[in-house]
Amino acid sequence: MGVTRTPTSLSQGSRTRGGIGESTLRPDGTLKVTGEFAYASDMWHEDMLWGYTLRSPHAHAEIVSVDTSEALAQPGVRAVLTYDDLPTEVKTYGLEVPDTPVLAHGRVRHHGEPVAIIAADHPETARRAAAKIRVEYAELPVVHDEASATAPGAPLLHPNRADDHGRHVPHPNIVHRQPIVRGDAAAAKETADVVVSGEYEVGMQDQAFLGPESGLAVPAEDGGVDLYVATQWLHADLRQIAPVLGLPEDKIRMTLAGVGGAFGGREDLSMQIHSCLLALRTGRPVKIVYNRFESFFGHVHRHPAKLWYEHGATKDGRITHMKCRIVLDGGAYASTSPAVVGNAASLAVGPYAIDDVDIEALALYTNNPPCGAMRGFGAVQACFAYESQMDRLAAELGLDPVEFRRRNAMSQGTFMPTGQRVDSPAPVAEILRRLKAMPLPPERQWESAGRSGTATDVRALPGGLSNTTHGEGVVRGVGYAVGIKNVGFSEGFDDYSTARVRLQVVGGEPVATVHTAMAEVGQGGVTVHAQIARTELGVTQVSIAPADTKVGSAGSTSASRQTYVTGGAIKNACEAVREQVLQIGRARFGTYHPAWNTAELLLEDGKVVTDGGEVLAPLAEVLEDETVEADLEWRHRPTEALDVRTGQGFGHVQYSFAAHRAVVEVDTELGLVKVVELACAQDVGKALNPQSVIGQIQGGTTQGLGLAVMEEIVVSPGAKVCNPSFTDYLIPTILDTPTIPVDILELADEHAPYGLRGVGEAPTLSSTPAVLSAIRQATGLALKRVPVRPEHLTGT
Amino acid sequence: MRVTFQVNGRPYEADDVWEGESLLYVLRERMGLPGSKNACEQGECGSCTVRLDGDPVCACLVAAGQVEGREVVTVEGLADLARERAEGGCGTGACGSRGGGARSTAARGTSVDEARRWEARPAGAESGARTGESAALAPVQQAFIDAGAVQCGFCTPGLLVAADELIERTGQPSDADIREALSGNLCRCTGYEAILDAVRLAAARSTDGGTATDGGTGPGEGTGTGSPAAPAAGTGA
Repeated sequence: MGVTRTPTSLSQGSRTRGGIGESTLRPDGTLKVTGEFAYASDMWHEDMLWGYTLRSPHAHAEIVSVDTSEALAQPGVRAVLTYDDLPTEVKTYGLEVPDTPVLAHGRVRHHGEPVAIIAADHPETARRAAAKIRVEYAELPVVHDEASATAPGAPLLHPNRADDHGRHVPHPNIVHRQPIVRGDAAAAKETADVVVSGEYEVGMQDQAFLGPESGLAVPAEDGGVDLYVATQWLHADLRQIAPVLGLPEDKIRMTLAGVGGAFGGREDLSMQIHSCLLALRTGRPVKIVYNRFESFFGHVHRHPAKLWYEHGATKDGRITHMKCRIVLDGGAYASTSPAVVGNAASLAVGPYAIDDVDIEALALYTNNPPCGAMRGFGAVQACFAYESQMDRLAAELGLDPVEFRRRNAMSQGTFMPTGQRVDSPAPVAEILRRLKAMPLPPERQWESAGRSGTATDVRALPGGLSNTTHGEGVVRGVGYAVGIKNVGFSEGFDDYSTARVRLQVVGGEPVATVHTAMAEVGQGGVTVHAQIARTELGVTQVSIAPADTKVGSAGSTSASRQTYVTGGAIKNACEAVREQVLQIGRARFGTYHPAWNTAELLLEDGKVVTDGGEVLAPLAEVLEDETVEADLEWRHRPTEALDVRTGQGFGHVQYSFAAHRAVVEVDTELGLVKVVELACAQDVGKALNPQSVIGQIQGGTTQGLGLAVMEEIVVSPGAKVCNPSFTDYLIPTILDTPTIPVDILELADEHAPYGLRGVGEAPTLSSTPAVLSAIRQATGLALKRVPVRPEHLTGT
Repeated sequence: MRVTFQVNGRPYEADDVWEGESLLYVLRERMGLPGSKNACEQGECGSCTVRLDGDPVCACLVAAGQVEGREVVTVEGLADLARERAEGGCGTGACGSRGGGARSTAARGTSVDEARRWEARPAGAESGARTGESAALAPVQQAFIDAGAVQCGFCTPGLLVAADELIERTGQPSDADIREALSGNLCRCTGYEAILDAVRLAAARSTDGGTATDGGTGPGEGTGTGSPAAPAAGTGA
């Protein structure tokens, strides 16, 4: 850990064991290593049925007829539901725009769209019954890119749009368009000594969380339903589910089941409404578990993008201007495309101080798979393009690429293209300097890695155990990249979280209980929540209550926001509890010791102490049998919508910065890449749990590596998904993933709880362009598309 | 059909098994052992790794009928296996079957009531885990917790079974050996660094008779993770 600037207000309870700043272990760790942790797909209930979804084999088709009679007649089949069985007039849902049908009606708009749902006694019975549903389709022409989507006479995905964005887009097949204009890019271009422009492309990445979409809906006696599900935001699910079922929200009781990763892919609904519909229809509990094939159709993906960029620079290495146009493919339904557009536009400039910019970002409606949230959320695509441009500009000017970036790096006080002044540390130059200073890994490690000392260990070479080279044709390259990501929900969204904190004496010990609706998806929120309660309440015993809708919304586990926002809510509720505890103490003991009324008091190690360290009373004696509780919403500072025409506005809560250095070895004859090391430096403001922070950085880095060299959902020109399996959609294995040294800076953001900065997404951004930069250095190729495939390197 | 086999040292009989059912389905849905995970059900991710007569296999690719008369060890049996190994036994099924009472066949999956009981363990239990609750864990399980190798945890059971087999087989595996042995187990959360730390830690502890607890890979100071200058960082695969 390096530079540290910690706010002084951290002293409350700081001597209490297991508080913030320590690498305490996961509270769910033991259950997860013994196999007892109950993931959504592990749920079971007496008399439970299995649900299954029939999906469209076509990307765009009219539904001429649906006949479910044969499927319904199969032994063991309990229900088959189609659009006609939906119970209310609300038949669509969506996170931002309710344009997604619960079940298709009249038309399917993408490959894999749900058409019918089945409940049966055995999952195989349900699958076989689905094959007996007769759906007659009449195929329609598809739109699959910008040209086809905006061509004259192009079929419109949603001809009668009523959403707010529909009024200002240039074409009804454009979900949302956000320009950002600041300064005068055309005039600034006149001062440039070099101008570099290029078109870049990012393939469609999948979140590939390992725990498939799953949940269990249990019908209740009051006509409602209890839903146990893996999601990222219980209350957003609830808001979308209730109107479709025609139930008040309090009759749908949601509990978070164990979540096997998310990465954005669980923001949109998948099986939630379907399982509830089947449970309410059959009167029996219904479990739905997608298999991997279905999972590839069951959630949105990262937007594939085409990005055109132009930069100019002077001979002394100063960037004069930037112009860009970013086209994201949103697929058939809106999902979070409008917010992704806002992010891509507002972060398109990267972590650089450029006064004169002209930016346009938009998302299309097409017949491709719907795209939405994935870790990095619009910033990933832009980062690949602007960082590729930085390398080219540096090369044109004959400057070192790190030095060129440092000359143009933003810092605290820099204005973003939105006109927002960056008002907390922005150590872009510093994280690059640290990376550059790290020692490089030794060359030709395959020679030294052999057990006998001189043998070749093919496992250290491109191609690995395939034994495709012993070092011939292998060239090393080193590349750098840096990125900027926003933290929290932006553009005026009311981004709050709720925490209920209780303090009571159990068995003579003070015990805190923290209840929030935060979705623990693996990130370790439950670990830091307990740490915050220990620090704020000075107790060691903390229980984390299961996340459910009996408590107010915690917002989404996305946008790197939960430690900031739900962590902030817990801190806030703990402060309210602490104040009540001190009031009780003053009333009980104030007359016996003046310090109760005159000193600054802390809760520490289970006691009330003065800031001078004098112990006034154990918490157990202060509380006796009283229970103190606070249930409070907490908000970060507000943001503003971006102006529709100019993109100006205080759009983001906080920015976070990470940089990577990639060292690769490329078998130039076969086009195989081995990433040897992928170092990361990141400012995290304050590492509440250093072990978890490092885990987030290494995990995000690896997903960026996947996008660089292997991960892509291949969609045919006919808009069909070609590789919906882990056989054909590759994610990095432990053999593909290098050592990931991490250097953490802690420069406090005074606006945030404990000065922390959201961690999870920033490392996903710069990882990809750093790897590409290294491959370019090794091969001399331009490489304007990710993922890079062997044929791109060999030209075959 | 009826299938009779041993799971984690206990005899088990499953009736009315459909011919197409996998071992994974029988474990998860008929036996109440959902620890083996269903991440891909096509043999690509390793999350359902179990030992079949000692060999690590993907339970999703084994037809239930193939395990007739054989011995299976799942993540739920790792602690017992480690204990037997420490006592000089075999336990994997690679050297003949073991005794033990019949398991109740009524349990299936995780009931909703059971699922509700998950709560944070208090700090004392966490940090004192090596002396307290660790009695119930295999060394490799404790090492995964200590090294931060668990995030969402969905890959963890399969990795634990594979890593345990590797350490049993090789004692002190090199980093390249670890990467090779675990290359069939996908993890999406961790970037694998903490998993390497965990396996190194488990191997070190097993060599030291289970007493090595601070070999530099404890929480917050993992080798190869904390600092670019850490000596173990550059070994790679």
